[in-house]
Amino acid sequence: MTDRANPPEADDRLEEGDQPVPLLEMRNITKRFPGVVANEDVSFDLHAGEVHTLLGENGAGKSTLMKVLFGLYRPDEGEIRLRGEPVEIASPTDAIEQRIGMVHQHFMLVPTLTVAENVALGLTSSRGPLTDLDAVSARMGEIADRYGLSVDPSVEVWKLSVGERQRVEIIKALYRDAEVLVLDEPTAVLTPQEVDDLFVVLRQMTEAGRGLVFISHKLREVMDLSDRITVLRNGRVTGSTVPAETSRQQLAEMMVGREVNLAPDKPPVDTGAARLVLRNVSVIGDRGTLAVNGVDLDVAGGEILGVAGVSGNGQRELAETVAGLRPAEAGSTVELDGTDITAANPATTRSAGLSYVPEERMRDGAIGEFEVRENLLLVNHRNRSFLRGGLFDNERIRQHCQRLVDAFAVKTPTLDTPTSSLSGGNIQKLIMARELDSDPTVLLAAQPTRGVDIGAAEYIHSQLIDLRGRGVAVLVISEDLDEVLALADRIAVMYEGRIVTVVDRADATREGLGLAMAGAASDAE
Amino acid sequence: MRDLFTLSVLVTVLASGVRLATTYLLAALGETIGQRSGVLNLGVDGVMLLSAFGAYWTALETENLWLAALVGMLVGLLMGVVYAVITLVFRAEQGISGIGIYLFGLGFSDLLFEEIVGTPTPSARLPTLSVPLLADIPYVGEALFEHNLMTFLAFAMVPVIAFLLFRTTFGMNVRAVGENPEAADSLGVSVFWVRFRAILIGNAMAGLAGAALTLRLGNFQNNLTQGLGFIAVALVYFGAWRPRGVMLGALLYGIVGALVLQLKARQIIPLEASDLAAMAPAVLTIVALVVLAGRVEAPSALTQPFSRD
Repeated sequence: MTDRANPPEADDRLEEGDQPVPLLEMRNITKRFPGVVANEDVSFDLHAGEVHTLLGENGAGKSTLMKVLFGLYRPDEGEIRLRGEPVEIASPTDAIEQRIGMVHQHFMLVPTLTVAENVALGLTSSRGPLTDLDAVSARMGEIADRYGLSVDPSVEVWKLSVGERQRVEIIKALYRDAEVLVLDEPTAVLTPQEVDDLFVVLRQMTEAGRGLVFISHKLREVMDLSDRITVLRNGRVTGSTVPAETSRQQLAEMMVGREVNLAPDKPPVDTGAARLVLRNVSVIGDRGTLAVNGVDLDVAGGEILGVAGVSGNGQRELAETVAGLRPAEAGSTVELDGTDITAANPATTRSAGLSYVPEERMRDGAIGEFEVRENLLLVNHRNRSFLRGGLFDNERIRQHCQRLVDAFAVKTPTLDTPTSSLSGGNIQKLIMARELDSDPTVLLAAQPTRGVDIGAAEYIHSQLIDLRGRGVAVLVISEDLDEVLALADRIAVMYEGRIVTVVDRADATREGLGLAMAGAASDAE
Repeated sequence: MRDLFTLSVLVTVLASGVRLATTYLLAALGETIGQRSGVLNLGVDGVMLLSAFGAYWTALETENLWLAALVGMLVGLLMGVVYAVITLVFRAEQGISGIGIYLFGLGFSDLLFEEIVGTPTPSARLPTLSVPLLADIPYVGEALFEHNLMTFLAFAMVPVIAFLLFRTTFGMNVRAVGENPEAADSLGVSVFWVRFRAILIGNAMAGLAGAALTLRLGNFQNNLTQGLGFIAVALVYFGAWRPRGVMLGALLYGIVGALVLQLKARQIIPLEASDLAAMAPAVLTIVALVVLAGRVEAPSALTQPFSRD
């Protein structure tokens, strides 16, 4: 047991003299799930008026700790103190009553309800059993004026942009007068400018004496916003620091526990002729409107073209169309090494030389219930060399799959393990292994490292750069601007279905790209 | 064929259409609340059958129609508690559980009828009421304002249910847990209790629908509803989970049903083909669902059990 586990009473009083009592203290929290310890002896505190960042990879235990704080999980050990007093938080209701608010990574909004209804949900109405949305809207107006968070209360949430939805989430917490506000990866879906705007709001909140817990793995933002940083790895605190005394490199190594290479080496490559050519590609999206609008792009062999942009600007539809999963409108052309694949189905695009690493890896990339072996075989399951007398030749299939698993460092207990029990990074490596095995001439990778741990991301990046060296045309679509900047030779920015700019990596600046992502300028140089 | 299109015949069709719509409407309005909360109940027909028997037997024994309707509702409530336990406590698959409820209601109501009553015996029936003044309007009065109390009640429930769904805190909670239960939960709304109450309301109304059916006919028999409860479930889709849409659907079905009856009575449809004509509502359901498929969005969490992890 550490000293902090059982502090003598006198210490508490002593501290009160020197320093104000922390707004929030989580002491020695342990939370176990069958087979895993999600949090082990984690201590974390937060003072009024500060931003304390929780940094860690997926599965490091950040979300578990915050779910304990918000009453969604009960800790097995440890205690929570608010304003110096021990508290029991058994449900979100308790947390809200204790003035703890949370902006979840996946927005907790009801899309079919209006903004005011979403804010009012769970609160006692001043009109008894009837809703009091007018009163709610009026109070929302006051909050909007104070923090510059204006959203129309009467509009349904599904009609809002992602940035506006996030504002609704923050308004919800402020409406409940949250003193401790947890923000779980709040910047994941925002443009760089929206991130700046958000940070202005967050700083106003700390100036008003609220305490913020900022959860992120974007090191640049963490360095920018935090007053203090606590790093978690494998459920344990691996260190605490302040931005002035650390660097991005050092934080990354604290997260991963070994040396990492944040900027992959990219040897120069002679680019060949354009292998993937898109001309005037237009695509109708799920809502029946034009999601991709007249896109022209060329990707040469030996080149990585990065498509940057905020989620929902047509990138997914564009990728699906190139892969043959979504029809293009008349007048569109997609050519691969001179072969027209505009109206082709996935089987044809594959045989033309395209490999596809989809954005939704568990929906489009792999079948969770299938075993690792089966997912590795998926694309090749009609390949005659895996058949014997019309039936699967399991011996050969196993050899083939074992070779792929070894070559791509997929960490799996056996070839027969259900794929869904692997980590996101290993599933992504599995998909990469399968897709690269066919020796593609063009690789289309959408969000290749989203939700993937740093180690796997590093590996995937090195694989993409390796492909580029072998003369493959690589099209990377990513919402992570750092990833695009690290990988791409040229960068295209997509906004509202159009390519608003294409620049060489050497000429690209973060600010210029950010403006283009927000649709502000057509020139990102 | 020509005398079908006389005004008096059309008025008769409209009047009996409104009358037939009553049962659909009561059951479908209740199911709308349930589905809005994210719980599908395919067992509506079974609930209606058991409630109908309860109401019928009460009417037979006491001749008290109020008490009979009340018993119908109580049987519905009880079935609702059972269904809520199955789907909310044990989180069973809703489609299959609903079919179980249907089969239970179908079989048990028949068993009770055979054991307790035996031969079909007419019971007291709901009297027809005329709305003063309005019923005197030529044609329209007869079609719309001369019905039994249950019919008036069913149509009066349309704005009531709409108000409940869209103007009350409970209704807002129902819509929230049916669309994104995680969000509602994170704000301290109890998904369990909101769904529980929504299921009870839905089943009580299905019970009332069963009572309305048996008390209009003044009799009971095996499988009295003949799948009417399933059409009520389809009507919720048809009406896009909105009370007014559900009402329009119920009226359409009532009128088609009345028209088929009229065509049979006038032997425009020959006797041999009458079974075929009886398929009209089923065919209409399939056509309507195919036409409407993908145009309206169901509550996102419909049929999804909720748990925190």
